[in-house]
Parts: sequence; C-alpha cells; structure tokens
Amino acid sequence: MEPSIQLSLRTRPEPDPQATEAVTLPTVAAPARHRIAPGLLGDRLFRFSTALLALLVLALLLGFAIVLAMESRLSLVKFGLSFFTSTNWDPVNEEFGALPFVYGTVVTSAIALLIAVPLSLGVSLCMVELLPQWLAARIGFLVELLAAIPSVVYGLWGIFVLGPWLRDAVDPLLARYLGFLPQFQGPHLAVSLLTAGVLLSVMIIPYITAVCTEVFRVVPQTQREAALALGATKWEMIRMAVIPYGYTGVIGAIILGLGRALGETIAVAMVIGNRPEISASLFLPSSTLASAIANEFTEATGDMYLSALVELGLVLMVLAVVLNAAARALVTGVVSQGEGR
Amino acid sequence: MDNARTAQAAAIIPVPSGGPQEDAASAPDPDKLKVVELSAFYRGKIALRKIRVDIAANQVTAIIGPSGCGKSTLVRCLNRMHEVQPGNHAEGEVWLDGENIYAPGVDPVQIRRRVGMVFQKATPFPTMSIEDNVTAGLRLNNRRMSRAERDRIVERSLRQAALWEEVRDKLREPGISLSGGQQQRLCIARALAVEPEVLLMDEPCSALDPISTARIEELILELKASYTIVLVTHNMQQAARASDYTAFLLNGDLIEFGETNQIFTNPARRETEEYITGRFG
Repeated sequence: MEPSIQLSLRTRPEPDPQATEAVTLPTVAAPARHRIAPGLLGDRLFRFSTALLALLVLALLLGFAIVLAMESRLSLVKFGLSFFTSTNWDPVNEEFGALPFVYGTVVTSAIALLIAVPLSLGVSLCMVELLPQWLAARIGFLVELLAAIPSVVYGLWGIFVLGPWLRDAVDPLLARYLGFLPQFQGPHLAVSLLTAGVLLSVMIIPYITAVCTEVFRVVPQTQREAALALGATKWEMIRMAVIPYGYTGVIGAIILGLGRALGETIAVAMVIGNRPEISASLFLPSSTLASAIANEFTEATGDMYLSALVELGLVLMVLAVVLNAAARALVTGVVSQGEGR
Repeated sequence: MDNARTAQAAAIIPVPSGGPQEDAASAPDPDKLKVVELSAFYRGKIALRKIRVDIAANQVTAIIGPSGCGKSTLVRCLNRMHEVQPGNHAEGEVWLDGENIYAPGVDPVQIRRRVGMVFQKATPFPTMSIEDNVTAGLRLNNRRMSRAERDRIVERSLRQAALWEEVRDKLREPGISLSGGQQQRLCIARALAVEPEVLLMDEPCSALDPISTARIEELILELKASYTIVLVTHNMQQAARASDYTAFLLNGDLIEFGETNQIFTNPARRETEEYITGRFG
C-alpha cells in the first residue's frame, strides 16, 4: 500500500501593504431573508458537495485502517505490543515481530533523504536562480523523466549496476574513511541497506526537485531585489530571500519524497536482500515493511502468517501518518514562529 | 543655485570626456552622482536615451514623468539594479564621487552597499522579525557585532525612519505584522542601517494611504541632512513638496531638469508645462 502522504504546497503570503491599513468600506446591505437568491442556492450546493467529497477521503482513510486491523486481528491479539518490539520473524514457528522491517524502512528512507534533499535543492536552485531559462527548462524535463521510469526497471538497474558498483567502488572508500563507525564495518554486499537507500534517493529526486523548483519560482522578484539592493551577492540573496520564503514548500517537497521512499516496494525488494535482521552495518542486507509484504505474501499459507503480514501494512500506514504529522507540526511550528499571528 | 541647472536638459553642465574628476581638487563636489550619456535597454528596446543629470549631495532630487517614461529605469541604473533582470543592460557612465560605477571591473554588490534603495512595494523579509529585518543588510557583510552594537544600530535606524516609538516594544515580532506604512518605514530603516551614501526611493508611497504618505514625506525632508536622496514619483504634488530638484522624463528622454521651484512655476519646455498642468500623463 502506498502511504497516504499529503503535500503541503503552501507558500508564504506576500506582505500586503494595504491589508492592515485598508480604508473600511461601507458594509454591503445584508440580503433579504425571505427568499434565497439563485446564486446563494448554488453556493450551498457547492459547499455541500465539496464537504461530502472531503468526508469521503476521511472515510476512505478510516476504512483502510479498519480493514487492515480486522485482517490482522489474529496477530494483533496474539503478539500485542511485542509485535513492535520483537526482532524475531520466524514464519516456521509462527513467531512474528516487525522491528527489523521498521528499522529497514526508516534507515533506507533516511539514507534516501540524506542524499536526495541536498541534491534536489541544489538542482532546483540552480535551475531557478542561475541557469538561463532555455537550459533550465531542458534540465527540468530530464529530471522529471526520472520519475517516468517504472520502479521495477529501477530495481533491475539496482541489481546489475548500482549494487555491484557500490560494493566495489564506494563501500571500500566508506570503510576506509568512515570505518570507525559501526555503520561502515563488515563485509561488502551488493544487496544491502545502502544500495536500497541510494536507489531510493535517485527515485525521489525528481519529486523533490520538481516541487522545490515550483516553490522557488513563486518567490516574488521583489523579495530578491530587496536582498540585492542591500548589497547581497547571489548566494546571499538565495539564503536571505529565496530559501526562507520557500521554506514551507520545501518541507512539503521533502514530505512528498519521504512518502515515496517509505512506501516504495518492488525496487527495494529487488536490492535489499530481504533478510529480516537488524544490523548496524549499512553494507548488509535487511528488509522493509513494504518489500516484506510483497516478497512473502505468496508464501503466507497460514492464517497467522497472513495476519502478521497485514499487520506490517498497518504499521507502515501508521508510520507514514506519524512521520507526516511530525513534519507538518515542524512546518506549522516554524510558520507560526515566523509570522506570529 | 547655479543657472546651469535651470537650463534645458541638453545643456546641463557639459561634461568633457575625461570625466568629472577635475573638480575634485577644488571645493568638495556638490554633486554626489553625475549621470553622463546614460542609455538603458530592456530586451534590446531602448528605455532611456543618453540621459545627463547631476544629483546634488544632501538634496532631494525628484524624477517625474508619465508611466513608462523610464523614471524607474533611471533610478535603478544608479545602483546597477537595472541589469538584475535578464535581458537588461545599460550603457554610459554614472559617476559616484568620482568613480564610474559602470567602469569594467566594478562590483555591483559594492555599489549597492553604498547606494541603498526603497521600492514601490514594501518588501520586508516575511520570516524575519522587525529587528532582523533592520539588520539584514549588516549581516551580509559577515560582520561580527556585539549585542549592544546591534541594538544601537537597530534603534538608530528605526529612529531615523521615524518608526522607533511605534515598534520599540515589539522588535521580536515579525516585520509583516506591521501596517503597510510601517512596513515601508521598516524598509527605509533596513536601507539606512548599512549607512549608504545615497538613498534611492522608487515611488515609495504609491501603495500607501495619505497619512502614511505624509509621514514618509516628512521623513524624506529629515533624511536629506545626512543622505543624498533620489525620489521617483508619479505624484507631482509630492515632487513639489519634497524635492529640491526635479527631472522630467518623457518616453526615455530627459526633457527638463532644474530646481523644483522653477520646474513647477516656470518650466522652460512646453512638454513639462503640459505635464505639470495635467494635460497628459
């Protein structure tokens, strides 16, 4: 299941000089009560129908949660909270714990964001602020093409190109220079947390870049000029006017990318090695919530096994909602701090 | 002042090709800025044609003219902001204290630190507090400031912009929580905080109500003691009230330049008279 991630593309309102000093206009006379104007009826119909659609979305989300909970009740009842704390995933003895999958999901997504966010920010700032329009449009098109590649094709590329390259060229370097960290110790394998994370980063770059580009494009020219007129260099202008103005939008873009990374299934299943283990080393295989469901669904013959897999789906959904809410809280916290009203 | 100023635009102080440095040896140059044969282009189209104008130090020079005459373009050429938009360029010379800011090798960033600017629309940085807005330009210079020094500059700049009394108790609040007129004065404070030599004001009151406009005009008269001010305005009464010299532009040409009194009471050119009496524009 794709985690439900909503994108917040709110940008800051431009300071409006007239807003607070506006001359009070004479109030328009209230419409007569005894008959409803045709326009008013249309308004009501519109409000009613849109409210219905909005409720439908909520109902769908609730429906998902209920169905997942129902289908996973066997394992919910048997394992309770230990499902989240146990690292034991043993289909033969029907002992199930989700922690290795949660770990794999969080670690691969974190690697993906760590690589994709700075890269995407760089690409979009370059396109908006530095390159001439014609060149930026072409590069933007190419970046968006990345989003059009099916994830199974990414998976193949991960198996045959990215994984071996990371194992032979990158892992030894990481081990040599960062080997004092447990993350970069141990044998080097082509299927690993690192391969999955890097692959995911390539897959989410087009999303983050596209949204950030739009966000930076709507920064008013007046804000840029205000910075330049103070004697800002191009970089200082970007830091002072462009990035703060687009901050909420950038967070929205990152949430979108995170949502993609958390839920990506087939490409990750192809390169992560599917071993439900928690190992500190990023060079070793692991598994994620989504990839485990895809991999093991056909093998799940027992009711308990099936129920445990559905519960993984429930966990994934909860994880996505929690991370989304956390990111949102971060944004509103910063915005209310910045705007104060 | 001198009679040359009251003459027609074409005849204003002919500057020999050697530039204006020759005055430097004598008394301090009364002209802060000298615009010499300045032409500006917008995507290949000409927006200003060989403008010559001298901006007197510690005076207010108004630039008036109908929409599209090039008055904003002219003022944006004085701190090299014109070229910021792609496709724009300018030719000619602008001498700031004997230095041609269009000479090759001149860094526009350094010029803009000496020639501040206030825009038509108030543009406080929306994520910054009032205080941070004021010090935004200072932080650009990567200067380490003590808390006390910082507070002193904030207070001085806000006092100069006649905003201190209204905001002294809420310096930490966001700049965009202020009213439109206050926001514009905040932008003036922000421009003054870096202690520029010249302050360019591009229709600073066009988005403001009459009371805020009057406050800004008072402010302009106070500020000219310490700064050289160039004021673009579409409001002729404002030019008449606030300025010492007035330049009248029409379709990219400088039609007339002289003391404000003379321009408004006894214009030398027919076009000027027609414009200020409201026959067009």
